[in-house]
Amino acid sequence: MALDSKIPEGSLAEKWSKHKFNLKLVNPANKRKYDVIVVGTGLAGASAAASLGELGYNVKAFCFQDSPRRAHSIAAQGGINAAKNYQNDGDSVYRLFYDTIKGGDYRAREANVHRLAEVSVNIIDQCVAQGVPFAREYGGTLANRSFGGAQVSRTFYARGQTGQQLLLGAYSALNRQIANGKVKMYNRTEMLDVVVVDGKARGIVTRDLVTGKIESHSAHAVLLCTGGYGNVFFLSTNAKGSNVTAAWRAHKKGAFFANPCFTQIHPTCIPVSGDHQSKLTLMSESLRNDGRVWVPREAKKGLKAKDAASIPEADRDYFLERKYPSFGNLVPRDVASRNAKYVCDEGRGVGATGLAVFLDFADAIKRDGRAVIEAKYGNLFDMYKQITGDDPYTMPMMIYPAVHYTMGGLWVDYNLMTTVPGLYALGECNFSDHGANRLGASALMQGLADGYFVIPYTLGDYLATIGWKDKVDINHPAFAESIKSVTDRQEKLLSIKGKKTVDQLHRELGLTMWEYCGMSRSESGLKKAKQIIQDIKKEFWTNVNVLGSGNELNMELEKANRVADFIELGELMVDDALNRTESCGGHFREESQMDGEALRNDKDFFYVSAWEYKGEGEQQALHKDPLVYEFVKPSQRSYK
Amino acid sequence: MKLTLKIWRQKNNNSKGEFKTYVHDHVSPDMSFLEMLDVLNEGLVKKGEEPVHFDHDCREGICGMCSLYINGRPHGPLQTTTCQLHMRSFKDGETITIEPWRAAAFPVVKDLVVDRSAFDRIQQAGGYVSVNTGGVPDGNAIPVPKKVADEAMDAAACIGCGACVAACKNASAMLFVSAKVSQYALLPQGQPERKERVEKMVAQMDEEGFGACTNTKACEAECPKSIKITNIARMNREYYSSMFTNYEVTVSGGGD
Amino acid sequence: MRSIFGFLYKYFQTRPTYMNWFSQLITSTIGKKLIMALTGLFLISFLIIHCTINAMIFLNDGGVTFSHWGHFMGTNPVIRTLEIGLVAGFLIHIFQGLLLIKKNRDSRPVRYQVEAPSPKSTWYSRSMGLLGTLLLLFLIMHTAHFWIPNRSNQFATGEELNLYQMMLNIFADPLIVILYVLGCISLAWHLLHGFWSAFQTLGLNHQRYNSIIHFVGTAFAIVVPLIFALMPIAIYLNWVH
Repeated sequence: MALDSKIPEGSLAEKWSKHKFNLKLVNPANKRKYDVIVVGTGLAGASAAASLGELGYNVKAFCFQDSPRRAHSIAAQGGINAAKNYQNDGDSVYRLFYDTIKGGDYRAREANVHRLAEVSVNIIDQCVAQGVPFAREYGGTLANRSFGGAQVSRTFYARGQTGQQLLLGAYSALNRQIANGKVKMYNRTEMLDVVVVDGKARGIVTRDLVTGKIESHSAHAVLLCTGGYGNVFFLSTNAKGSNVTAAWRAHKKGAFFANPCFTQIHPTCIPVSGDHQSKLTLMSESLRNDGRVWVPREAKKGLKAKDAASIPEADRDYFLERKYPSFGNLVPRDVASRNAKYVCDEGRGVGATGLAVFLDFADAIKRDGRAVIEAKYGNLFDMYKQITGDDPYTMPMMIYPAVHYTMGGLWVDYNLMTTVPGLYALGECNFSDHGANRLGASALMQGLADGYFVIPYTLGDYLATIGWKDKVDINHPAFAESIKSVTDRQEKLLSIKGKKTVDQLHRELGLTMWEYCGMSRSESGLKKAKQIIQDIKKEFWTNVNVLGSGNELNMELEKANRVADFIELGELMVDDALNRTESCGGHFREESQMDGEALRNDKDFFYVSAWEYKGEGEQQALHKDPLVYEFVKPSQRSYK
Repeated sequence: MKLTLKIWRQKNNNSKGEFKTYVHDHVSPDMSFLEMLDVLNEGLVKKGEEPVHFDHDCREGICGMCSLYINGRPHGPLQTTTCQLHMRSFKDGETITIEPWRAAAFPVVKDLVVDRSAFDRIQQAGGYVSVNTGGVPDGNAIPVPKKVADEAMDAAACIGCGACVAACKNASAMLFVSAKVSQYALLPQGQPERKERVEKMVAQMDEEGFGACTNTKACEAECPKSIKITNIARMNREYYSSMFTNYEVTVSGGGD
Repeated sequence: MRSIFGFLYKYFQTRPTYMNWFSQLITSTIGKKLIMALTGLFLISFLIIHCTINAMIFLNDGGVTFSHWGHFMGTNPVIRTLEIGLVAGFLIHIFQGLLLIKKNRDSRPVRYQVEAPSPKSTWYSRSMGLLGTLLLLFLIMHTAHFWIPNRSNQFATGEELNLYQMMLNIFADPLIVILYVLGCISLAWHLLHGFWSAFQTLGLNHQRYNSIIHFVGTAFAIVVPLIFALMPIAIYLNWVH
């Protein structure tokens, strides 16, 4: 099967507007004859469901949480980029496009990224109109800040809760459509399968998490807005419930999975405190503006933060400043993360686990005074103290990298349609805009761009093409078949009654992924990981213990269902990482480096890896979707 | 640390619940409260007992999904969410009583899980600005004074966890509703529907069976996002203003 | 013809909603509290007058000044008309309060096993129903002592009773004095929350004026019940005779 990315012809700046004109429209009177399913209610899902409801389609929206407002977009802190150039500092759509392409280490599609930069300006207008309380200047205009090392101030923010405010904005628009009867909302309902008939997505099968009822829903199109798969690592900054199940079941029904090995690891997270650790908490990247990262020159086992002051200046290794004199502590996320790993691998890590480095504000406090530091980072320092019990004003913070975002996802064309016609993927769930590495404050932008400003156009084209009569009823045998397979699987999980808990196996999977498919990857390690994951899979299906029944609220069963999919995804990630013998963005292959720095290989890997599911236990097939760069010339990153 | 936990167990909404006592001796002071329950559950599963169900998701204090009434206070002894509460806030050997949020409008789903969809319905009644996607003015077209934006943000910080309802002796939802009403009443974008909004949201709040406000400040004292009761006063003002001065025009559809 | 039907249609369509807003207002939780606040403030204004006139006994002039004003209050037609409003104010405040207690209890059908509210929320603010009930009991006793006999006598004979002498007699009983002092203490706590709370319910909560409202409220809640409590004490201890 040849992949057609459907990139429109023409100059970069014209592609999207030309494409919009060429897309077919659905007659306003006919829109109410179309049913659309939206799975997930984060930024992408809520904005898509609301916008489609406004247009007149009948939308059914699903989320596994108790309310659409809980989706994990809510946790994004920093901000949202937009090429408004309100600061008159030289920003433009093209510059945002260029920064995003370069930041993604030249593994994203030019046309998609340019469209993202174009609609970024509309997103801000939309959110303001919804009543999102963005930060303002004294004159009443919108405030901006520079974020993640960007040269221009293009990041809009609402305190440290930008994701929350944008999500609540989209949620309010969604609520309006629910009240209008155009969106029917299903809370605490999890999608377990996509139903495909005659090659087109026709609906989904869900489980009501409270009653356990397995139900069919049919529609003309299905939109997956289900976020990323960072929880494959067990420990990540994702919410506990974030999962890959919807995307994975779609993958098994024919949707290709693209670049699964591209994961982003964030350098400034609070380290693991013990075996009980259930998730990791991100500290804003802005801390590196004033904090200095260091470890002792000689290994000091179990060095505590409160004893850090006892290490004399001469015995400290400020390794980022030493290795990257011009960027210092502000090197990109992947570089900072990897170097923290290296010093810890050398045994120079600090804290009880030895898996942490110091982030020290002593110099900044001495230079600017405590009040200045408090004004900048007060809430972050409080949060740190709340979680760790240490006071960062009097001793250094301890940080360690953690999985934060997944750039990979379901393969989509320019219209956000997967390889299954009628099945779309939006937001973090797809792979399209961030290449091998995502820039700060771009995730919110992409989620809302897809939901508010892309899918309302591109979905209409598909619907107008198939016509409203082209729909399959839930009484079609394909639905019954799907229900049966979902139920069988559930029964199987409940009947194993083994010795290990779901979390135990999930932790084992996570450790393996972190060790071999995390910040640094090698052929031998990945091959070993593949074997381990296969063993975990075997162990899972023979020795997991899931109590309770299927017809009640059963959180262990929910977890088991999700972890089973994570295990399979983990194997695919390893396959993808094995295949990509270059280093690029968040993917660092030890075999591909120059002077200790990542070395990209555009000659052999200038493509998107799209994996096709070939059946249970079969090796997945790789399809190469070539990247065509018409406007930008890729260059090698250097931070020396 | 060793703890005795008295936890409310209830199979589902139709069944009667009861407290069950568990002795938990694998508690580290660095655990979050939810991690402490994770470890308890891990042990229960291994023993073949059904784990304790509780709501949680982001575990960084922003999604508002975790709840739990701990030792007589929503989210426990600190003014934060349960996921951000750590076991170092408790003493070795302590007995901890864990109950679900209690309110007629928040029926128990299972164990410590309650149904907070009443909050969604209140928002659906009017907690939005009626703008469609596209066709909106430029973000800087309407200046918003910084103080107004900041105050709106203070109100908008609400995470919808329901601690205010749980803390209130009347199970009143005034703090939650007023936070939303305030955000839109303050911002210029909320003005066109200002009067209808508060009227509809208050009506829905009453419909759901929440209690009245006695101004005890219990909600403000427990709110993990420090939402102030000045919002409640503002909502009261908005409500009177709406009821006494709303326009007399009745909308009767398009022309013929 | 069409316009007549149109008019009738419109009339019947809008007529039933006429004044609907008012019933909607006073039956909403906020409206019920509005009534509590308004009647509460009205009763507070009554307390000022009641307290001022009764404090005339401290002039220790054998009740001359006190009786003069008592006579004025008991016979002036304007005041007598307003008294009907006062009785209504009491009744509405009491019944609405009881209804609110019922509604608020229904809002939490299952109570908590353990309750340990934050110290930032005061016990008396959470006990307004209890304090109100105590005050109601006090009010029954108090009106049975003075107001009811006096008004019945006026109704039957047209003559007022000598309230000053009645006070001297009634407050000779130490038990009654104690009950009156307890009533005043309940009143103090009730006012300590109620005064400020009424303003909050009315929506009058503003950084610039909060401190003055709190100050006046606290002073009122201390001074007025204190003066009231001093009356039976002073009479019992024969400071006033």
